[in-house]
Amino acid sequence: MTKQYETVIGLEVHVELATKTKIFCGCSTAFGGAPNTHTCPVCTGMPGSLPVLNKQVLEYAIAVGLATNCEITRYGKFDRKNYFYPDNPQNYQISQLYLPICRKGGVEIATKDGRTKTVGIHEIHMEEDAGKLIHDEWEDCSLVDYNRSGVPLIEIVSEPDMRSAEEVIAYLEKLRLIIQYLGASDCKLQEGSMRADVNLSVREVGAKEFGTRTEMKNLNSFKAIARAIEGERERQIDLLEEGGQVVQETRRWDDAKGESYAMRSKEDAQDYRYFPDPDLTPIVVSDEMLEEIRAKQPEFRTEKMLRYKEEFDLPDYDIDIITGAKPMADLFEATVAICRQPKQVSNWLMGETMRLMKEQEMDAEDLRFSPEHLAGLIALVDSKAINSSVAKEVFQAMFEEDVEPEQYVEQKGLKTVNDEGALRKTIEEVIAGNPQSVEDYHKGKEKAIGFLVGQTMKAMKGKADPGMVNRILKELL
Amino acid sequence: MSDILDMTAVELSAAIRAGKTTAVEAVEAALARIEERDQEFNCYVTVSRDKALAQAKQVQAAIEAGELTGPLAGVPVAIKDNMCTEGLLTTCSSRILGNFVPAYTAEAVLRLEKAGAVILGKTNMDEFAMGSTTETSAYGETKNPWNPAHVPGGSSGGSAAAVAAGECFYALGSDTGGSIRQPASFCGVVGMKPTYGTVSRYGLIAYGSSLDQIGPLARNVTDCAAILEAIAGHDHKDSTSVAREDTDFTAALVEDVKGIRIGIPNDYFGEGLNEEVRGAVLQAAGVLEERGAIVERFDLSLVDYAIPAYYTIAAAEASSNLERFDGIKYGYRTPEYHGLHNMYKKSRSEGFGEEVKRRIMLGSFVLSSGYYDAYYLKALKVKALIKKAFDEAFARYDVILGPVAPTTAPKLGESLADPIQMYLGDIYTIAVNLAGLPGISIPCGRDAEGLPIGLQLIGDSFREKKLIQTAYTYEKARGAFPLALAE
Repeated sequence: MTKQYETVIGLEVHVELATKTKIFCGCSTAFGGAPNTHTCPVCTGMPGSLPVLNKQVLEYAIAVGLATNCEITRYGKFDRKNYFYPDNPQNYQISQLYLPICRKGGVEIATKDGRTKTVGIHEIHMEEDAGKLIHDEWEDCSLVDYNRSGVPLIEIVSEPDMRSAEEVIAYLEKLRLIIQYLGASDCKLQEGSMRADVNLSVREVGAKEFGTRTEMKNLNSFKAIARAIEGERERQIDLLEEGGQVVQETRRWDDAKGESYAMRSKEDAQDYRYFPDPDLTPIVVSDEMLEEIRAKQPEFRTEKMLRYKEEFDLPDYDIDIITGAKPMADLFEATVAICRQPKQVSNWLMGETMRLMKEQEMDAEDLRFSPEHLAGLIALVDSKAINSSVAKEVFQAMFEEDVEPEQYVEQKGLKTVNDEGALRKTIEEVIAGNPQSVEDYHKGKEKAIGFLVGQTMKAMKGKADPGMVNRILKELL
Repeated sequence: MSDILDMTAVELSAAIRAGKTTAVEAVEAALARIEERDQEFNCYVTVSRDKALAQAKQVQAAIEAGELTGPLAGVPVAIKDNMCTEGLLTTCSSRILGNFVPAYTAEAVLRLEKAGAVILGKTNMDEFAMGSTTETSAYGETKNPWNPAHVPGGSSGGSAAAVAAGECFYALGSDTGGSIRQPASFCGVVGMKPTYGTVSRYGLIAYGSSLDQIGPLARNVTDCAAILEAIAGHDHKDSTSVAREDTDFTAALVEDVKGIRIGIPNDYFGEGLNEEVRGAVLQAAGVLEERGAIVERFDLSLVDYAIPAYYTIAAAEASSNLERFDGIKYGYRTPEYHGLHNMYKKSRSEGFGEEVKRRIMLGSFVLSSGYYDAYYLKALKVKALIKKAFDEAFARYDVILGPVAPTTAPKLGESLADPIQMYLGDIYTIAVNLAGLPGISIPCGRDAEGLPIGLQLIGDSFREKKLIQTAYTYEKARGAFPLALAE
């Protein structure tokens, strides 16, 4: 390869909004449920049924738009996208084409060389999800489940501003954090509540025009996205190097095989015959509504990071981890509000919490223990009611089942024994039982005392204050 | 029992509530009349005999218990077959919905049921409300009770003919481009299309969503006002439904037009208007003038653009609204097919009739890429201009008066032979839908063949009361207008 190529990438990101009910009817959005149980005449396309917009969807869409520096469309509309497919009960999807709710925004991402760049957002629009088709090979028929039909989505369309997989991941992580901070979605790629389609083209470095792009679908993880970008970049460059041409088409990524195949070309593109949905009135965003949503915007990560530094004086590394997931930051703040010990709380989150999360392959959203209980645990350690190794044991139980730490310590009899008489008696027994170590200690082997402390702790079933044990040991020796 | 069948809806309900007759007797009389006449006129697609009798018993019990006291309690009604009725076949007079039994009832019908209505059955119509004669029905044409060689008009032809033939006491219809007013005119009954947004469209199987409105067909203006009062009102299930307080329409049944300003658009009396119709309508204007109305002629303008704008918008919306009829979830599915695409194609080709397919194709075309701006968008602009022209007229007039249709009911078979001519017949009714205005059709005479002629009164948005007052005053001055076959 003699020529140098540049990759040009734009993303279409679908985010499922965390509303309790669907976008145009009152049916539940809860995941699962027996097929066609979260349905009504509206989301199954029954004749005569009519859509009514769920206001929460509009509010979330505007909130995401404001957080990504978009212009909010003050007079918008929903449009019908007409196409026949059985998962689409009306055979049109209610979406937005002509007047999407947000336009002309962008977010800043950090690049590899430590600088920042802006990825432009072309538009954000609201739309409804389709149902799910289940192909029964055995019976040779297809069944349709409309539980997902009408679940609210926003589609965030970026400008073709990204140049590498790293930038794509940085952009997606940025979007994910913003949306999670807003509580507008949990943005889980694996579960499909965030889906990204990658539009990619290559061109020679320095070229002014974009190359022909392809659209890649079925990308279910950041890793798959990175692999698909690498794969597609290479495929397109190979084509061009061989004197061929890239065909504008939609391709499906097979992550297991590490390759993609063409789904449909531009020639097969349907005419969706978009037109404003006459069943829905125009979306008018009033000054009041906009101000209300603006006022409700949460503190986003950047501001939070600054505040943590100023208010809690935590190390940058800690701040980065804690603010890297909204549930973690929420947990941190709620716990600090109770116990007023930011450093201690941070230590628990950075240490044991992260360790157990890694071990159990969990996300911050899955954390179950309450801030009250973490604060309680910190108080127990502070008051020397339990020592640090017992504290870790208690924490693990909290992590698993959110136990109340004081009760747990009580029930399991883990409280540190502060009765000096009893401790002294045990230490005397340990000294008597380990003459060799006592001799070593007297010969100047300082390490021997560690062994004797260990033996004492063992005899006390871990419930002794190690400081006190040390002091008494030295005294008796 | 013949005296029951001569009563208006409001009279019948009063008689039932006074214990002079019962809801059951009323239903039995109507069913007997249907039995006697519907073979010939074919007003109904479905007669719901057993359910109607059962419902009548319940309603009668509720009346006797003092739970139902409204002006329509106990009165049997016929519902156009494009309104969903739970557990009762709803076909839109189409083969594609030949087996469709809805799981829910349309809001307007529910409101009637709450007012104590008894549903007799579902009336015939042009397939999916596309047509002006009720001849495009997949279940045979309805015949005009005044003369069975003629059409009853459409698309609510079954509803209008059922009222005219005494096969019900009143009926619901829907009006997208004149589909209540025109058959009311052809059948000699009163039909009213309210302001867009007044009656919930929830459960009305859509034709042109931005134009469709449900309204009453009745024996007189008093019934019309009472029915509209029962079905009007905000519905949170319909985003286009309007919250309005002045829905006490019966309060406008006042015999007085003194000082009411009536405008007669010159554009509605031009070429193509039948002389007998012109004469009858102008005579009606004279009657109102004698009663103290101020009558003036004026130029409305843009009348010629209403028809192309209407057929573009209605067909565009219909092409999308009718996509859900695909043979997958309900309705007709072709018996033999290979693959999904073929199933869609065959089910829809076999399930829809010619006129529906024509409008689906027209609508798909005007929305397609490259034509959208030239047709659909332009039609929307025309619609806005027409609304503006009416706004200007209503700055000067309370009511606009004109004919409903250029002619009386044509002979069966004449219209479908020339669809363009049929479309042109909608010239006086269509602009009202494009502008979202209320309009009412009242009988104002008969032609030499004895066929009824309708007078159309058009009001400003949300000014149904002015219309009702004017129509009521005219009706009183005119004197009784018989039902068909009454002589």
